[in-house]
Amino acid sequence: MPRQLHLSAAVDSPGHVDAGHFTALARLAERATLDFVTLDDSYAPEPRRLDALATFSRLAPVTRGLGLVPTVTTTHTEPFHTSISVNTLDWVSGGRAGWLVGVSDTEAEAKAFGRKGTAPADELWAEAADAAEVAARLWDSWEDDAEIRDTATGRFIDRDKLHYIDFEGTHFSVRGPSITPRPPQGRPVVVVAVAAADLAPDAAAGGRARVTTAARYADVVLLDAPDRATRLTAATELRLRAGESLRILARIPVALADEAATAALIGELAEGGGGVDGFHLVPADPARDLAAVADRVVPALRDLGLFRTSYGGPTLRDHLGLARPASRYALAATLSSTPAAQVPAQAPVQIPAAGNDAAAPAAAPAEVTR
Amino acid sequence: MTDRPLKQIHLAAHFPGVNNTTVWTDPASGSQIDFASFRHLAETAERGRFDFFFLAEGLRLREVKGRIHDLDVVGRPESITVLNALAAVTTRLGLAATVNATFNEPYELARRFASLDHLSDGRAAWNVVTSSDAFTGENFRRGGYLDRADRYTRAAEFVQLVREFWDAADGGTVRHRGPQFDVEGTLSLPRPPQGHPVVIQAGDSDEGREFAAATADVIFSRHHTLTAGQAFHADVKRRLAAYGRKPDELKIMPGVTYVLGDTQEEAVERAAEIRRAQVSPATTIGYLEQVWGVDLSGHDPDGPLPTVDPVPDSGIVKGRTTLGDPLEIAAKWRAVAEEKKLTSRELVIEVTGRQSFIGTPEAVADRIDTYVQSDAADGFILVPHLTPGGLDDFVDRVVPLLQERGVFRTEYTGTTLRDHLGLPVPGRP
Repeated sequence: MPRQLHLSAAVDSPGHVDAGHFTALARLAERATLDFVTLDDSYAPEPRRLDALATFSRLAPVTRGLGLVPTVTTTHTEPFHTSISVNTLDWVSGGRAGWLVGVSDTEAEAKAFGRKGTAPADELWAEAADAAEVAARLWDSWEDDAEIRDTATGRFIDRDKLHYIDFEGTHFSVRGPSITPRPPQGRPVVVVAVAAADLAPDAAAGGRARVTTAARYADVVLLDAPDRATRLTAATELRLRAGESLRILARIPVALADEAATAALIGELAEGGGGVDGFHLVPADPARDLAAVADRVVPALRDLGLFRTSYGGPTLRDHLGLARPASRYALAATLSSTPAAQVPAQAPVQIPAAGNDAAAPAAAPAEVTR
Repeated sequence: MTDRPLKQIHLAAHFPGVNNTTVWTDPASGSQIDFASFRHLAETAERGRFDFFFLAEGLRLREVKGRIHDLDVVGRPESITVLNALAAVTTRLGLAATVNATFNEPYELARRFASLDHLSDGRAAWNVVTSSDAFTGENFRRGGYLDRADRYTRAAEFVQLVREFWDAADGGTVRHRGPQFDVEGTLSLPRPPQGHPVVIQAGDSDEGREFAAATADVIFSRHHTLTAGQAFHADVKRRLAAYGRKPDELKIMPGVTYVLGDTQEEAVERAAEIRRAQVSPATTIGYLEQVWGVDLSGHDPDGPLPTVDPVPDSGIVKGRTTLGDPLEIAAKWRAVAEEKKLTSRELVIEVTGRQSFIGTPEAVADRIDTYVQSDAADGFILVPHLTPGGLDDFVDRVVPLLQERGVFRTEYTGTTLRDHLGLPVPGRP
């Protein structure tokens, strides 16, 4: 059987603020068994739109398998709030949450908060990396089995399985632990959008910082590339920097106004390639185009054996073939309890420099149940 | 009592959990974090035609003697996110989130509550709380800089600014220069369906009452007796006129627990069991340490109160609402213990209880109705002691009795939370 494609789509619908509209789109995406949908967000005055994470929380109970990946920006929002909000989306969706990391680079957004001015893109992406680091540490800060309900001792939790994260960065510090228990996926799926130009030798500082953030924290990269050759080069470079577990989805605009356009898309998706794992479709008209994807494109891909007929597992990590990471703190505790590693139990936890999430399960094959 | 028409009772439900209210040792105690638990409680509240469902907040885990407190239910989701999900599985129930005004920014909260109001078709509510707690501040950029005295100043300006954003929604630009905030922003959303999501204020202090009278739609209070409730009711309603508001524009809803039994004796017995489960020997010591500020791990919870004097501001307990001056509290507790001949544990059970309706369904319905008809409250926020089934018996056994009395709705007559509370949609200025 040929390698399975990963397919996802944007459901951005500027101007729509009713839950019914997004519910209809999510149902189309789910009928197509897409891995996930994304919804953009920003604090810019235009276009008119709802908070993306709120919208996807509203969709969680009315969907069953679809991954939900809202944009949450990092420039003005508290990292602690971001971590618990994405964590909560994972709880309410039963493990289908992701986070498309964004930054706010406009004067208008800065003034709406009135707390700090604008900053260059490289600084914003360095701050976004810190926010991703804090979010991941907070997700890990409760070990999976921290809740013990031990009636004999009267202890609801084992406090030794809750961890301070003690993050100190340029822009903020966060003590932890989280107030929200570890999410069902361990860590929700982190997504970063990258343009091939960001990987070029002459890339701007902001683009380079974006790639650095993606390479270190992303489980999935949404890759913008103008052509197939550029896509291949960029994907190769990304894998070199981030490792083989990174999922790379080429972002392609679609406008499925007629049968010819639909047939062309089927051809493009079936051909696959360019070093990517699949595609992120950006519809011109989400209702029309997602209906065409569900009714025409995906059935054709299924006939070719290229795409799943149903969701294989309940979580977004399952769809993407990504392992559930163990908590870094549980791993550290395991290491420190072995006689060979003379690490005192109270020693600060060493965070692996390479923040590649998928590295953790290889080191600690803990298929954690909850 | 006069021959005025019967007042209609307002009812809300608090998601229990994340303190010692929840009796997690009960075999019927389920998850405090799975969405199914939230869904069950919300669906039960909606089945009972409640006005709203209410979530509390805590942004750092409490510590005792430098270690995370491990005896109570702990671990909660982010409230607004859960409420957006609950909006999908309910159609009328109001959805109230407690969100701190200290560790958030007005533009962002205005947008998040406006989004919840749109996604729930007009059912959002915000319970405004503030913090001067540097301990919690260690999780946030703002830290713990705020003086206690500035809390309501910031909160008042915060709420005013949020309302400006709601009023200017759909493309209008807000320009605000004040002592706390200097912002200029445009909320790119239509005005929320309720105009302004319902604003709730929790707390009984003088500043809290004034703040509520000035700007809140609901006040979440705590009063133990009918007369104390009546005095509070009269005081708060009197303050409204100064802000050009009518008495029924602010609903007073104390938080209460309740225990039902087939007989009064059975209910009283169950209530005592529940209180003993909530205040274990270890929990007793925790409460005493909170007041005394010293390590009391060697103290006998079934003996008298500690004889040593409290140490004020010792910081032994962190992340918990301060009870007040430790020396005063200790003196008061000792007086109560002596008068009623109570052990330490019995004393803690006595002084930490909140108002509770204990009895047969008929007796509980009668007392709730009496409180409301005699203006000790406009309704109640019920705090069940079990997750997720803690509201089932109230909805099955007490609500029908209130409905028979004609003091509680049998069907929702409106669609929004403002409709349920009888509050008008605020006009744009």
